Amino acid sequence: MNAELIPAVLFYLFAGVLVLSAMMVVASRNPVHSVLFLILAFFNAAGLFLLLGAEFAAFILVIVYVGAVAVLFLFVVMMLDIDFEQLRKGAWKSLPVGILVGLVLVSQMVMTAVNWQSLPTAGSSILSPAARHAAATNTQAVGAILYTDYVYPFQIAGLILLVAMIGAIVLTLRDRGGVLRQNINSQITRKASDVVEVRKVQKGAGIS
Amino acid sequence: MSSELIQTYFPVFVFLLLAIGMSGVMIGLSFLLAKQKPDAEKLSPYECGFDPFSDARHKFDVRFYLVSILFIIFDLEIAFLFPWAVSLGAIGMFGFWSMMVFLGVLTIGFIYEWRKGALEWE
Repeated sequence: MNAELIPAVLFYLFAGVLVLSAMMVVASRNPVHSVLFLILAFFNAAGLFLLLGAEFAAFILVIVYVGAVAVLFLFVVMMLDIDFEQLRKGAWKSLPVGILVGLVLVSQMVMTAVNWQSLPTAGSSILSPAARHAAATNTQAVGAILYTDYVYPFQIAGLILLVAMIGAIVLTLRDRGGVLRQNINSQITRKASDVVEVRKVQKGAGIS
Repeated sequence: MSSELIQTYFPVFVFLLLAIGMSGVMIGLSFLLAKQKPDAEKLSPYECGFDPFSDARHKFDVRFYLVSILFIIFDLEIAFLFPWAVSLGAIGMFGFWSMMVFLGVLTIGFIYEWRKGALEWE
């Protein structure tokens, strides 16, 4: 087979399945099926990243989005007690807004493509870490600039993760009453003199 | 540019084809060869011998959600560690300490979570 043909075939395979599964996310009646089609779409987007040579982004997409975010979506879909058929009835009302947003996105893509064709210098303005470190692998190229040149965005990402962690705990963690826990400290510091009492008991009389 | 890359991933492609083929053959053969005589009892969901109580999609405890959110956060932290580990030789002490600050910030969150008891199930 022609060496030029294989990437093209793979591209159209990934892109086609991606578009189809993205349509099924919207169209399928069962929201759990929607999330499963979303996972298929993530996998195909990872394949497209691989074809572009962005290996690190491809595998992070699989690890983070397929492994974690899709699971979270499934949780949310299952936890919300929503009658989805009821929700779907009003969906046609938001059709004009949806068409408007879609048109804006399509026009942006068309504008980008037109600029790309018409500007001969556009190709040289790609901001790519791989260009500066041509010999390095993809992950090395990311690592070479992320922690030094882009240290502020990197630290801000850390702070956002901290806020997300604390926010999730504050929103969802609540104490449950009536739970018996073992507190080792209080068990060890407990003294016999605090809890044991010796009493004289009269004959024939109980202890009140 | 990418044909060399595709050669590198050829084993993955073969693996993918085998996995899809195997699962297709298993489901397809059992669909074609087995006797198909569905009735209402056979098609109803089996729930350990008694009649199903309710819909499969009912509300469950929000603590599962908390656990998975905390998992995602540490998953992302690990994702940041991979390129750092690969290029640690090139980025010097500054890169090392910037990652240490990042890890320190997340460790504060981890200590908060531990002290708050979010990791305990009761």
